[in-house]
This record gives sequence, structure tokens and C-alpha cells, in this order.
Amino acid sequence: MAMALPLAYASSVVHPFEAGRLSFSTKATKHKKQIYQFRNVTKVLAYYGLTNPPYKLDALEPYMSRRTLELHWGNIHRGYSDSLNKQLANSPLYGCTMEELIKTTFNNGNPLPEYNNAAEVWNHDFFWESMQPNGGRLPWGGVLDQIEKDFGSFSNFRDEFVHSAMMLFGSGWVWLVLKTNERRLLIVRTSNALCPLVWGDIPIISLDMWEHAYYLDYKDDVSKYVNNFMDHLISWHSATTRMVRAEAFVNLGEPKIPVA
Amino acid sequence: MALRTLFSKKAFTTASGFRPIAAGDRCFLRQARGLTVAALPDLAYDYGALEPAISGEIMRLHHQKHHQAYVTNYNNALEQLETAVAKGDASAVVRLQSAIKFNGGGHINHSIFWKNLKPVNEGGGEPPHSTLGWAIDTDFCSLEALVQKMNAEGAALQGSGWVWLALDKGSKKLCVETTANQDPLVTKGANLVPLLGIDVWEHAYYLQYKNVRPDYLKNIWKVINWKYASEVFDEETA
Repeated sequence: MAMALPLAYASSVVHPFEAGRLSFSTKATKHKKQIYQFRNVTKVLAYYGLTNPPYKLDALEPYMSRRTLELHWGNIHRGYSDSLNKQLANSPLYGCTMEELIKTTFNNGNPLPEYNNAAEVWNHDFFWESMQPNGGRLPWGGVLDQIEKDFGSFSNFRDEFVHSAMMLFGSGWVWLVLKTNERRLLIVRTSNALCPLVWGDIPIISLDMWEHAYYLDYKDDVSKYVNNFMDHLISWHSATTRMVRAEAFVNLGEPKIPVA
Repeated sequence: MALRTLFSKKAFTTASGFRPIAAGDRCFLRQARGLTVAALPDLAYDYGALEPAISGEIMRLHHQKHHQAYVTNYNNALEQLETAVAKGDASAVVRLQSAIKFNGGGHINHSIFWKNLKPVNEGGGEPPHSTLGWAIDTDFCSLEALVQKMNAEGAALQGSGWVWLALDKGSKKLCVETTANQDPLVTKGANLVPLLGIDVWEHAYYLQYKNVRPDYLKNIWKVINWKYASEVFDEETA
């Protein structure tokens, strides 16, 4: 899956929680050369390649069908990626990792035209990795401890997550984020393409609540979709990896070291 | 049925003839407490009558599930609002506003939408004439230009929402507007009257057109009920 690459390609400091994404942004940042007719001009463009989900498209059956993934990843996610690259062909934005691109184009609440595409590309990457075949069930270790600390119990967290998803009006996402300032986990809902990265928070798990994510499989039965996600799809492995990286930035308290 | 329409918030005229099994049977009346509730309106045509522009499956789900959910949740929110107002609980009143706006807006918008559609063999897709036709030519140069504009705005809308052909009551001019989520048209201007609304939420087309929203927009014009739009236009400009 995501491997850390040598940092030689990075044009900026790479945060550990972005390191896992390094393979997507720097490996994919290519240079395009365009030779014009009358003079040799090299045009350097930013380009972000579409990454594959870390499992085969039918691996999430029966909770998310192959057809859904074919359309969701193959058409919709790919569409955002292509649109983004088309926009970047004429844009001064260059040399950013995906996260930097999102924060820059968000422009403190006045988003630039590239924001929507950039955020949706990242959001969908994050979403594919938030799921796994044979997922669901319970987290363990540090993640479970933190959830129990911040929500009381895992079932409280689960109920709150499902409730938050059901209360979303319109298109959007539901996130489990680690709030950097409050130093705790929180469940947030965002609309359309909004991503908690823009507030400096660290997302741990996301759920796509746009209708295209579930309509083919569940029609209007949103509650079944969300419950299946919690019970069978959510990848606590990814959550653990992301929490480990996040702890490099957010002090979650002293570790419980047993005293001899 | 007559009792239900009498006490429903909006009295919807239903054409005689084919009528699907009314999901509105599930609505309950609370006239005993003086609270008028919203009711799911019947469609004036079969679910399958708009094929192939819009599939029967989509129409059935859209009407029986989505619109019904908006009606139910709107009524619930209204009931909670009544309680909160009676108790003088201002924070509860304010907290309920988003649910009322969303579900009430969904009910309003979809009620207009069902009237905006008509099967082809009953006049769906027939272009507008006389007053509305001339107004379109004046304000948009041609019907094709209007359709193109609405399709472009509908396709460009990010997330969920509606694209409207609106009449500005003040200036008597037509305009194209979009609203997000289930916001009714009046949120874009108190003077705006909806003539036509096209639902560009994914539930309105995903099963049939998948993510290709432009195809849906291109095809829906074949079943648009311009007669209704003309009637509203004439009424407002009289």
C-alpha cells in the first residue's frame, strides 16, 4: 500500500501524517513537456495521478458492490482527478503535496476554483483507505483507548457516528478527526467537498455520504449503508496508522508506562 | 382522499385517470389540535409514464421514499416546534430551524417538481407558446438558449440542489437560479416565483444515468410540463 519514498523529490517539509500519502503526490508529480511549433519551450505543469484503492473493486462485496466502486472510483473519482489536472495546466500552483494544495486553494474560506477538485480527489483517496475487506468490528490498543477516553465507550462513539451521518442534510462527509487544538477525537460533518484538513485537524476515518456512494446498493436506505460501514467496512488498521502519525503532532498525554 | 386534501397544508389538484397507489395514505391528520400538517401529494401520472426520460423505479423511489421522508420529518419538526413555542423554549425553536428548512423545503420543491413533469403523450416536452414563449425569447433570446443555460448551471452545481426557471414578480423578468440542498427558491430572492424546477440531487437520476448528470438534464426536457409553467407565469403577470 502506501510506502514512504525518499524525500529527495519533496519540495517542502513533509509531515509524517502525510508520509503515507507521499507515494501519491510526489510519485505522481510528473513534468509534462510541450514543444511549441516555433521555439523550444518546456512547460512545467503540476499533475496528480489517480491512485487505485488498496483492494480489488469487488473486495468490499456485499457491502459495497463492484459496480458502485467501478462508477465511484472509475468515473467520479477519476473525473475529479482529470478536472483537477486540466485546471492545474493553467495554474501557477506547482510543487504542492495534495494536502498543501487543498489548504492553499481553500484560501481561508474563499476557495479558489481548484479547491473543489483537489479536495474531492484527496477525500476519495482517504475514503478508499478508510475501508478494507473484512473491516468493521472493534478497534484496539491506542485507538480504542482514545475513543473510550473521548466518547465514553465504543458504542457511544458508534451511535454518535451513525447519528451524525443520518443528520447530514445534502451531500457531504462524516469524519472522525483528531482535533489538534483540543487534543481529542471528534466526529464532524462536512458539506460537499469540505475537508477537515483546512482547519488544521487530522482526519482518522471518513465516510462518504454523497448519494452516489450508496444509491446503487442501498437506494434510500441510508441507515443500512452507515451501519454496514461501521460493522463491515471501516478499516481500523488505517485508523491506527493514521493515529500513530498524528501523535507526532498532537500530544495526547503521557503513555501509561507500568511502574516496576 | 378528500378529507386528506381538505386538511393538508396545500390543496393539490390531481388529474382524473391513472393514479398510483397513494403513499399519502400513511400520513396522519392532527386537526384535533389545530395543527395543519403537510401531506404527500399524488402524482398526476403513473410512475412509469415518464419513461424513457426518467425511469419508473426512480419515480417510485423519489415519490414514495424521498418525498415521503421529507413530509414525515417536516411534520415531526413542526410538532416539536409547536411544543417549543408553547413552552417558550427559544433555543429549541432556533435549533429546529435547519430541520424545518431542509424538510419543508424538500416538500415544497418536490411538490412543484411533480407538477413540472408530464408524460409525453399528455403534452410533456411541448414548447411554451404565447406569453411565456415570448417572455423566454425576450429574456433569453430563444428556448434553446434557456435550456442550454439551465443545463449548464445544473451540471455545474456542486453537491445537491435544484436549478430553477424563475419569474421575478417585481421586474416581471425571467431568470435562471440555482439553490443548494433543499433550499426553496425564495431563499434566493423574496420576489422569485418558481416556474420550473429541476432536481439535480443524485437520487433524481443516479440509478438511470449514473454520474452523467448532463445526460439527465438533456433528457428531462422531453417530459417538462410547460403548460404548468405558462399558467403560473400568466397568473403572476396578470
